[in-house]
Amino acid sequence: MFLLENVIHQYDGQTVLDMPLWKAEQGEQWIMLGPSGSGKTTLLHILAGLLKPTSGNITIAGQDLGTLGAAQIDHFRGQNIGIVFQRMHLFGTLTVRENLLMAQFVAGEPQSEERVDEVLEGLDIGTKKFAYPAQLSVGQAQRVSIARAVINRPKVILADEPTSALDDRNCDKVLELLKKQAETHKATLVITTHDQRIKDAFGNQFNL
Amino acid sequence: MNLLKLSLSYIRRQKLTTLLNTFLLGIGIATIILLLLFSAQFGEKMERDAKGIDMVVGAKGSPLQLILSGIYHLDVPTGNIPLSEVEKLRANRMVKEVIPLSLGDSYNQFRIVGTTEAYPAHYEAKVASGKMFNGTSEATIGAQVAKETGLKVGDTFVGAHGLVEGGEGHHQHPYKVVGVLAPTNTVMDRLILTSLASVWDVHGLPHSEANKPEDEHHSDEAHDHEEETTAKPDSTANVTEAIKPLPVPPITGPPAVMGGALPSGAIAESGPEVTVALVKFASPIATVMLPRSINSQTKLQAATPAQQLANLLQLVGVGISTIRVFGFILMFAALLGVFIALYNAIQERRYDLAMMRALGASREKIFLHVLLEGLIYAIMGVIVGLLLGHGITEIIGQVLSSANQVELTGLRFVPGEVWVILAALATGVIAALIPAFQAYRTDIAQTLAD
Repeated sequence: MFLLENVIHQYDGQTVLDMPLWKAEQGEQWIMLGPSGSGKTTLLHILAGLLKPTSGNITIAGQDLGTLGAAQIDHFRGQNIGIVFQRMHLFGTLTVRENLLMAQFVAGEPQSEERVDEVLEGLDIGTKKFAYPAQLSVGQAQRVSIARAVINRPKVILADEPTSALDDRNCDKVLELLKKQAETHKATLVITTHDQRIKDAFGNQFNL
Repeated sequence: MNLLKLSLSYIRRQKLTTLLNTFLLGIGIATIILLLLFSAQFGEKMERDAKGIDMVVGAKGSPLQLILSGIYHLDVPTGNIPLSEVEKLRANRMVKEVIPLSLGDSYNQFRIVGTTEAYPAHYEAKVASGKMFNGTSEATIGAQVAKETGLKVGDTFVGAHGLVEGGEGHHQHPYKVVGVLAPTNTVMDRLILTSLASVWDVHGLPHSEANKPEDEHHSDEAHDHEEETTAKPDSTANVTEAIKPLPVPPITGPPAVMGGALPSGAIAESGPEVTVALVKFASPIATVMLPRSINSQTKLQAATPAQQLANLLQLVGVGISTIRVFGFILMFAALLGVFIALYNAIQERRYDLAMMRALGASREKIFLHVLLEGLIYAIMGVIVGLLLGHGITEIIGQVLSSANQVELTGLRFVPGEVWVILAALATGVIAALIPAFQAYRTDIAQTLAD
């Protein structure tokens, strides 16, 4: 679950985000809609603890982020929040397997080959375990980035425009996988998009 | 997976940059290590050969030349001195031991030294096979001489006039090898030892049994022997604190050997001559008194090895410092190289770094990650530098071993290397500081939103 209260973010003196309240229960799946420049990404980054808002309270999985120090927020994010980016940002010098082990290492979780296999199988890319990101198709790479987001069993999964780079077939598939992974891990899912193809895929909509 | 593996994965991708930086750093380190090894071994050898010798007495000239020719057998001698003068020195109460040396001939670039048994005894040289020289024309050769010339006990050879190859041979006076010395790791290994009388004989200086006044180029010396009756045959006998008596019984022969460049005729009238005398003092006070009084009151020159060695090392030191500065310049260039490589890498990798933050890495961890990478470059440079430095030293040592004097090995470590290694590692870390700080400050939200 998460709770945002009176979150205001200013950038260069201008208010780019003003949100009185947003509450999501554990396991709910949300879509955040809004045109480009409406602050979707900013809100997502605030939700992820990547960005500290000018004011307001954020509670994620029962933890008030305002009470945590910088390094503690980083650690909390690694353990509880999985993020899928529009551009996948996989480590190009590491194999798929190493990318996932890296996510476990950085989050301070024990590195588990079984868990890597399990997640890759769940996303149907077990055969790409030893491939480098450059050897993957866009759809495969997006699945790896989903795998990386869920490997530490997060309480919240955040996906920033995960489908905008994909064709229709891959778009549906990725959406489906994200939903399935969120259900498997009983995680709260938030997807930001301006992609008209997917706006009706979720019951919970948040409009910016 | 860990930071080390991640850093290595980036370094592997940047092969050329890595190669260049490693090489630069490696050469810088190798240069400094080579110098360290060289000066340590050179200094040790110099000290080992001069150990226990408090003063060298010879003809007037350059004191450094006297030390180099008398102790190290490197330079040409300054000239000859009358044996009687040396014997006077022996009578001095402050003198413990006097070892006379007669130089001037060589065999295959190895110097033939006419001396007494006290000379090998000073370097604690033991006979490995055969015996120590005794009679005339007998020679005991150093280990290195035996190894490189192939001479062994029972062989004969002809000494050449002069200290470099190509001198005129003394064919009428072949030497017979009667013994080979065990290696001593001193100048002794490279010498051919014989008695003073043998050297005099070879140069046609008549005395007792050997009577061959030929050898035209010494004719001035040869005719001196008319005056032999004025020589004092018992001069060796009244040595007060005698070492072993000279193997040449009564010295009746006229002047000895030519010693390098100086014509010996000038002082020939005074009797038999030697080239230098190595002197050990009986009391430390002699160090202050004797050299000064010899230099001011006699025709001889006295030089103290310690002082001349210090002078020499000061001279050589200028060269060494210059090369050392060059080594540090190379290391500094490597530092710049590592800095630029990391700086660029951090720009290229800003998404990766932001992603690491997104995955839960703290700023501090990112900072360490970049520092670690600088350290890895440094470690690789150190490994290359150590291998190169010791390898090149060993190769130089191998090449020079057949040439002269210098025994150099790369298979040794000196304590100073630890500091070079630490400096190199610190260099790597320092080069990484600014890029690491940049990575530390990266605004992840902004980077990822790009």
